[in-house]
Amino acid sequence: MSPLLDVRRLRSGYAGSTVLDGVDLTLTAGTTLGLLGRNGVGKSTLVMTLMGLVPTTSGTVTLDGAPLPTRPHRIARAGVALVPQGRRIWPPLTVGEHLKLAARHARTGSWTRDAVLDLLPRLAERLRQPAGSLSGGEQQMLAIARALLTNPRLVLLDEPSDGLAPAIIEAIVEVIGRMRAEGVAVLLVEQDLHLALAVCDEIAVMDRGVVVHRTDTESFRSDPETAHRLLGVS
Amino acid sequence: MGAWLDANLVGVVNGFAIGFLLFIVAVGLSLVFGMMDVLNLAHGAIFLLGAYVGAALAGGNPSWGGFLGALGLSALLGLAGGGALSAMTEPLRKRSHLDQALLTLGVTLVVAETLVMVYGDDPLAVGAPPGLDGSVPVLGAFYPTYRLVLIGIGAVLAVLVYLVVERTTLGALVRATVADRDMVAALGVDNRLIRVGVFAFGSMLAAVAGVLGGPIYGARPGLDSTVLILALVVVVIGGLGSVRGALLGALVIGQVDSLGRTLFPDVASFVLFGALALVLVVRPRGLFGGKLGVRS
Ligand SMILES: Nc1ncnc2c1ncn2[C@@H]1O[C@H](COP(=O)(O)OP(=O)(O)OP(=O)(O)O)[C@@H](O)[C@H]1O
Ligand SMILES: [Mg+2]
Repeated sequence: MSPLLDVRRLRSGYAGSTVLDGVDLTLTAGTTLGLLGRNGVGKSTLVMTLMGLVPTTSGTVTLDGAPLPTRPHRIARAGVALVPQGRRIWPPLTVGEHLKLAARHARTGSWTRDAVLDLLPRLAERLRQPAGSLSGGEQQMLAIARALLTNPRLVLLDEPSDGLAPAIIEAIVEVIGRMRAEGVAVLLVEQDLHLALAVCDEIAVMDRGVVVHRTDTESFRSDPETAHRLLGVS
Repeated sequence: MGAWLDANLVGVVNGFAIGFLLFIVAVGLSLVFGMMDVLNLAHGAIFLLGAYVGAALAGGNPSWGGFLGALGLSALLGLAGGGALSAMTEPLRKRSHLDQALLTLGVTLVVAETLVMVYGDDPLAVGAPPGLDGSVPVLGAFYPTYRLVLIGIGAVLAVLVYLVVERTTLGALVRATVADRDMVAALGVDNRLIRVGVFAFGSMLAAVAGVLGGPIYGARPGLDSTVLILALVVVVIGGLGSVRGALLGALVIGQVDSLGRTLFPDVASFVLFGALALVLVVRPRGLFGGKLGVRS
């Protein structure tokens, strides 16, 4: 099966500094790829570059065989959705307004407003509440709901578990499972190794702007020395 | 208090008239700055353009046709001017505010000089349309009818803009763009369209305000910078990108400007900037600003 996402020799960065230095990565529909790596190696930069929010310097990215557009709104309409690091909900807007805006340019699919609220019932009780007044976990749910409502083919999840209690993390795991079941490809950037091992089909490790290691989750789990060498954890 | 109000009633009512006019000017400036991070110093020039359109079509003794025609034409010119400014500043979007300020200041100079070449540099008077050019008694004092009407128009416009921005989906899009425009783009919304739309809408309001303000300010060289500075003070006081803040800031500055002139005529402009300094010390992000904390 040819991959949904195919990234080749991708380079990008910020004014004056190259961060991604030739990233190669593939991702198949209906699978979840865990992207690990120490702080500052460029995981978020990769995610933001794929979304078009950090400009690409060189390299190619294709989605389902077609070149990925360059401007973020076109990338979104092509079926890529982002749950960014730090959530980046819009604090003054209510939960209901978030859902409305997310549905504006949505592709057709099974993630309707009702389906998303069914999956994330805590949001349903807070439709009129400004997002800035939600708890951290609720904000993360909202960021995920915002992405799901676009009916994406590929979801970029950047450290969704960051700072959250186990109960919320469980809910996130459940959502990822549902996405996978629907055939959505998930790129999950995650610091929590156990969480990554629990939900991902495959693991990729980044170091200093390149993907240095790629295996299925089972092999990664059974090779703690490599994990320790690449991540500095045991 | 009662005696003070009696003595200064005209000043207070004037303050409201100026305040609502300032709101109409400042709301566009605030949204463009707050949403798109573009510092548009040509906003005052758009107001001036509207003022001269008013003077040309309405003049000293305007007919209703002339006055309404001036409103319509200035609205169109404002829309077009805003669209043009949006296109011009687009390449500078990621550059510093100084670059944007230089470009839009240049546009201001070109517009102002062109208007002087066409209309000369004598101030032009603009009258109120028939029926509104008299005075009405307000609690014993006589007050220009037009200014009362201006307060009404300003209040209606303020409520309309407020409702659109705070209560409609389009408004939610604008507020979301103020809060975090990248995330708006990541949902499939073309930022450029919002930017052009808000730029054009804000410029339209500024040009219309130029006509509406005609019977108070007339049309004269230098009016653009006077109005721009007042509007910038309003934006700073109210907080970037906040409609509520722009309204409150405009009403405060209207009163400070008007009462400052009657109570302390010698130091009126110091009173204005004193108020600005006070707000900045107490609330550095403006009365309703929260933008700086959003992306932490
Ligand atoms: N907006 C920016 N401007 C300039 N440099 C940046 C910017 N964002 C990130 N960087 C730099 O790019 C490099 C990679 O950062 P990035 O956020 O992609 O790392 P990361 O792997 O996501 O780290 P973390 O695990 O801490 O989230 C870092 O050196 C960082 O300082
Ligand atoms: Mg990161």
